[in-house]
Amino acid sequence: MSGILTYALHYEGEFNKNSLGAVSEAAKLASELGQEAHAVVVGDDVTEELAAKLGNYGASKVYYASAPVGIAQPVVDVMAKLIQDHGYSYALFGGGLLGFEIGAGLAARLGGGVTMEVTAVKVQDGKLVAERPILQDSAIVDVDYAGEPGVIIGRLNAFEIAESGGSAEVEKVDVELSEFSTRATVVQRGEQRGADVNIEDADLLVGGGRGLGKAEGFKLAEDLADALGGAVAATRAVVDAGWYPYAAQIGQTGKTVAPKLYLAVGISGAIQHKVGMQNSENIVAINKDPNAPIFEFSDLGVVGDLNKIVPKLTEAIKAKKGS
Amino acid sequence: MKICVLVKEVPDAAVEKRMDESSKRLDRSGEKNLNPFDTHAIEAAMQIREGGAVDVEEIVAVTMGPESAVRALHKAVSLGADRSVHLTDDALAGSDVVATGYALAQVLKSENPDLVLLGQQSDDGECYTIGAVVADHLQMPSLTQVIKIDVNEGSLRCERQAEYGYDTVDVQLPAVISVGDAINEPRYPSLKAIMGAKKKPLDTKAAGDVEIDTSKVGQDGSKTAVLAINPPPEKAGGEIIEDEDTDETVEKIVAWLDERKLLA
Repeated sequence: MSGILTYALHYEGEFNKNSLGAVSEAAKLASELGQEAHAVVVGDDVTEELAAKLGNYGASKVYYASAPVGIAQPVVDVMAKLIQDHGYSYALFGGGLLGFEIGAGLAARLGGGVTMEVTAVKVQDGKLVAERPILQDSAIVDVDYAGEPGVIIGRLNAFEIAESGGSAEVEKVDVELSEFSTRATVVQRGEQRGADVNIEDADLLVGGGRGLGKAEGFKLAEDLADALGGAVAATRAVVDAGWYPYAAQIGQTGKTVAPKLYLAVGISGAIQHKVGMQNSENIVAINKDPNAPIFEFSDLGVVGDLNKIVPKLTEAIKAKKGS
Repeated sequence: MKICVLVKEVPDAAVEKRMDESSKRLDRSGEKNLNPFDTHAIEAAMQIREGGAVDVEEIVAVTMGPESAVRALHKAVSLGADRSVHLTDDALAGSDVVATGYALAQVLKSENPDLVLLGQQSDDGECYTIGAVVADHLQMPSLTQVIKIDVNEGSLRCERQAEYGYDTVDVQLPAVISVGDAINEPRYPSLKAIMGAKKKPLDTKAAGDVEIDTSKVGQDGSKTAVLAINPPPEKAGGEIIEDEDTDETVEKIVAWLDERKLLA
């Protein structure tokens, strides 16, 4: 039993960045182990050309299979078969929603172990050990796998993309899907809700969260962003609640940003949000809860009522910039 | 329709969580409560019942955990479940997510539900994945982080946010659905419901009662093991301002931003 199998998610002919990071990471780890890193692409629109692109990120072999896209269980069927036929020791996933579902389903199916939210993987005694932050990142555990396969699910942006310039052998596989895998059908995928806003190019971002109270509360964040000459970003909670457009969302299933300033108002700082903005150069947080996790990773934390502070801050910044 | 809701007892939000160095497990002493994410799953079940699109005969809360976990079941019943099932056995202690999912699936097989609901994550373990494990064992279609459920005859139309925007997925029943906290605003239990919760039927099951293969559960049956617990990398703590005089606070923030040339 040897080797690492990585799942690569694609959408509209492009691979997901987190998947490319995972393929790169698998290649690096496999070379340390003296083993091979292979990858698999699943969908009803996958071509040999698309699959072959993963060679450039270090996969020496890429399988592709035709199956419904956007749901996890068909991918579990494909990966379970590949692991049973070829004996991979590990399965690796980049950050994102599907990886969690596929990885967990795979571990259940094959009786393996699974670790999620992994931020680093190391080789120890010829085996992989996953590092996973726990309890709101207050500790990091080293997780070892007993038996195979070991399933490793990365945290968003955990693995760096590395182009190897290599090429991969590509093989199409036919897998019979489980009956239950065909009982969920994607009706619509990738619907964009709300206005199309650009937050990735902004140097200064004001992030708004549930603490703004209601959709109208975003006016405070917008006025502040206008004064700064920046844009407004949002947490998943407020996007799901319909307060702000999906295009402005940061975190696990949204965008990743690293502006010069990230000024968070009414954001508690859940891990899912943190992973999308923690590389910002300067993080300022305004929150009324002194125990909010965001204060753990902000450079300047202001404990207070944003409804009192933000309007005055907006005026003060305008005055300062006008002077 | 019969709905089973998976619930979990977790350390109360106000308790500082820490790992027990010797067992390498979460220290679960101290005040505990029903996992807040699970209240959304119970509320989702109640809204399906009250929505009237299907006839919900029964809502059953199911948990696995030590004796104290009964309180999480009482809370679940006070929020609307009709009865509850408590899987408890020393052989289950130390189970990882795959082992726990297997054990819960065994309980669910004995209940034979049309729909299994659960919260998207536990407040302590933060694994997000138990639903996918349970679904694979039950051979049911599954979706996690669902924020809208419409009930049709024999299927559910679910919405969720995935990697590229919002997805709409039709899922045939029986199915396992984990719900996100945006799905609803859980109701508060009435005093009467709280008082009456202890009188609702509660079945206690041991591993053998639901044919759990004990070699697949507990610390020994789990395929992951925590080798070490390390502190996170040191990060210099940020400056903190407590807002007492807002004008002064604002002045400090502006000075801080200006120093870093962010107001140019």
